[in-house]
Amino acid sequence: MITLTIDGKRVTVPKGTSLLDACRIAGADIPTLCHDPELSLAGSCRMCVVEVAGRRNLIASCVTPAEEGMQVETESEAVIEARRIILELLLARHKLECHVCERDGDCKLQDYCYRYGVKDSRFKGEEPHFYKEDPNPFIERDYDKCIMCTKCIRACAEITGAFAINLKNRGHNAVISTAFDLGLKDSTCVFCGQCIMVCPVGSLVSKVEKGRGRTYQTEKVRTVCTYCGTGCTLELKVLNDRVVGVNSIRDEKLSPANRGALCVKGRFGWDFIDSPERLKEPLVRKNGELMPVSWEEALDYTAKRLKEVKEKWGSDSIAVFTSARTTNEENYLLQKLARAVIGTNNIDHCARL
Amino acid sequence: MTNSIKDLEEEAEVIFLIGTNTTENHPVIGYKIRQNVLKRGAKLIVADPRRIELADLAEVYLPFKPGTDIMLINAMMHVIIKENLLDKEFIEKRTEGFEEVKEIVEKYTPELAARICGVPAEDIVKAARIYAEADKAAICYAMGVTQHSKGTDNVKAICNLAMLTGNIGKPGSGVNPLRGQNNVQGACDMGGLPDVYPGYQKVEIEENRSKFEKAWGVKLPDRKGLTLTEAINAALEGKIKALYIMGENPMLSDPDSHHVEEALDNLEFLVVQDIFLTETAAKADVVLPGVSFAEKDGTFTNTERRVQRVRKAVNPRGNAKPDWQILCEVATRLGYPMSYQSPEEIFEEIRSLTPSYAGITYKRIEETGIQWPCPDTDHPGTPILHKEKFVRGRGKFHPVEYREAAEMPDDEYPLILTTGRNLYHYHTGTMTRRVAAIDQHKPHNEVEIHPRTAQLYGIKDGDMVRLSTRRGSIKLKARITENIKEGVVFTTFHFGEAAANHLTNASALDPVAKIPEFKVAAARIEKI
Repeated sequence: MITLTIDGKRVTVPKGTSLLDACRIAGADIPTLCHDPELSLAGSCRMCVVEVAGRRNLIASCVTPAEEGMQVETESEAVIEARRIILELLLARHKLECHVCERDGDCKLQDYCYRYGVKDSRFKGEEPHFYKEDPNPFIERDYDKCIMCTKCIRACAEITGAFAINLKNRGHNAVISTAFDLGLKDSTCVFCGQCIMVCPVGSLVSKVEKGRGRTYQTEKVRTVCTYCGTGCTLELKVLNDRVVGVNSIRDEKLSPANRGALCVKGRFGWDFIDSPERLKEPLVRKNGELMPVSWEEALDYTAKRLKEVKEKWGSDSIAVFTSARTTNEENYLLQKLARAVIGTNNIDHCARL
Repeated sequence: MTNSIKDLEEEAEVIFLIGTNTTENHPVIGYKIRQNVLKRGAKLIVADPRRIELADLAEVYLPFKPGTDIMLINAMMHVIIKENLLDKEFIEKRTEGFEEVKEIVEKYTPELAARICGVPAEDIVKAARIYAEADKAAICYAMGVTQHSKGTDNVKAICNLAMLTGNIGKPGSGVNPLRGQNNVQGACDMGGLPDVYPGYQKVEIEENRSKFEKAWGVKLPDRKGLTLTEAINAALEGKIKALYIMGENPMLSDPDSHHVEEALDNLEFLVVQDIFLTETAAKADVVLPGVSFAEKDGTFTNTERRVQRVRKAVNPRGNAKPDWQILCEVATRLGYPMSYQSPEEIFEEIRSLTPSYAGITYKRIEETGIQWPCPDTDHPGTPILHKEKFVRGRGKFHPVEYREAAEMPDDEYPLILTTGRNLYHYHTGTMTRRVAAIDQHKPHNEVEIHPRTAQLYGIKDGDMVRLSTRRGSIKLKARITENIKEGVVFTTFHFGEAAANHLTNASALDPVAKIPEFKVAAARIEKI
């Protein structure tokens, strides 16, 4: 264990702890753009700089190990000045259209500019033109908003392992690109959207969610994905009684199977919930056609016909298929209904299919 | 799974994948396996007739012929025994029946397996060594192993292999079936099976029956019932007269759709409870509108036996009702009043009757789901099964012999058809075909075919072809790819307009599990 002083507060942390983590343990609110606890270190955005007594330069805390006896200031004048300049440099190539941006209110760049009072950039020069028209139906790539944190590249490689994107060019012309600059459809992209999950700004957004409501407008409900058996935790975003999007939850405690990672179905496959084809009324076949009826009529008719069959042919002339799609509680009830009410063990489901 | 998903990411040193296209069917588990290889240097053995994505990272890739699983696994065991790579201590202390298996696998030489499976003998030897020499080796499989007329034997062979090397009951090991549907584990746990009550308590054991008779206050039938595939056959024979289907679409999911259609048409009464007018619901006498996962509370149990909370996010659409409420209404009208106020109340009843769920409460799983068995409320759950001993005491080796698939290629139908899913769609497409973005991205079914096979039939990439078996034919696009074995073709069952299950074989069922042989059917293909 080592002990150091952060903003006048002594903290003791295990050897090998990063200075960033030590600062956070000490209660300091350190801004970061390129840092992600699950990804390899980039140390590129420099937002996390802190002042360490006896060191000539400000230090990027995410890539510096905490050391015994360090005296650290996390919001000194020099630190604040450095962060302001970094933000101005980032703004110089960031397309400012917060009023129509999906991530308005949920954007780290916006939050930090607000926090440090950065309104505009003194470094405006040639405007960037990196917008990428990508004709896939899932992910919008507007690199005019990209701040080059490279988290998308690292998430693609280190969480999903798709290796679909990387950096192209250098300096002012640097941009995120697929191999040969093709569309995502023609790359190794699997449309998991982990890049959207880690993007700190509005550069990568879900085309499926676009225009349906911003994060701060939505209520969030933590639940489990409805597709395969992995049991991924996800958060449904709800606005006006409609599901309008999906968020990742990266806390392992809440998301033990997936730690926020999802696949194309989990992240983009939710709008069937409001499909116009949803069944909204009970139907009963009359003169060969399925006609909408009241619940009373449908349920009475169902019970009457089941009773008739049971009386005429016996309990074992009825079979029940329960569902691997429905909840445990519903499966329990249906097998109870088959066994205790109808009186048959003819119950099964699509486990084999 | 005997072990946890996390084991595949952080513990296993070797992972043997057989009959699972993990990155497409369980993508998030696929990511974890891949990261284990990239970050920790885990070694993969991949056995699949299709060159799945993870084969690119494999130490050994075995593109074996569909239906020859037992030949392959017995040959691996042959090598492990011959080279003395087995775990003698584990076999002695924890298992029984080893000698019979040893005797049987004697004749399964790698050379014989190479001929039958169509893979090099040295690769079989290499795979056996890598698996057996690891301290912690996990096996993952999915429907590629089970959907055969000898699916049960395939699984037994896999269990033999794991026990032979002591790869069970410790971190990073185990026999791990990856379950394909959000709550297929839970549906089984809850007794959605013809022979067991919740918690796999057999209906034919009197003690179990009287326990449930007492709890439910009625006399219960004492003989096990029909499986889904048997019930469809019985409907065709006129023995099943009425069918109540909740959230299933057998018209697309079951083998030989024509046969299913005839069976459903033969019923006196069909009720379907679903969220869409599926191909099956369209044939019903009554359709009851249930709700999606977003419109109700409850629990799902995932492939690692973790019971997790499902939460209502929006109200039911239109006049649809949560499925549990519909079931209460039906039961009540049938003269058995059910008046549960909430899913939690139902769950309380479940745990009072299901020992493996007894310690799980909604309160305990508010944040993190618990893996059963969890016998009491102080129990933390069970991430790894069979740690100290097997449920039956000693693990039993089951000698299994290779048999050919029920329908082998011949002059008339010279190819092997195998079916499955792709990354984008799910099961019968009831949900994903109605997701605009997904259906835009993958709107059509395709048949995968090897370039040399395609050449034989004059088929080019993108051609429309007719794919036929003895059951029927479908028209779809050809996709030419080297990622499939020569002489084998693959298609998915997501698409109603080109439904793979028009083609599959309903008469070839596993004698124990009654699972259909979706992975092997004799087929032919022609350009149209």
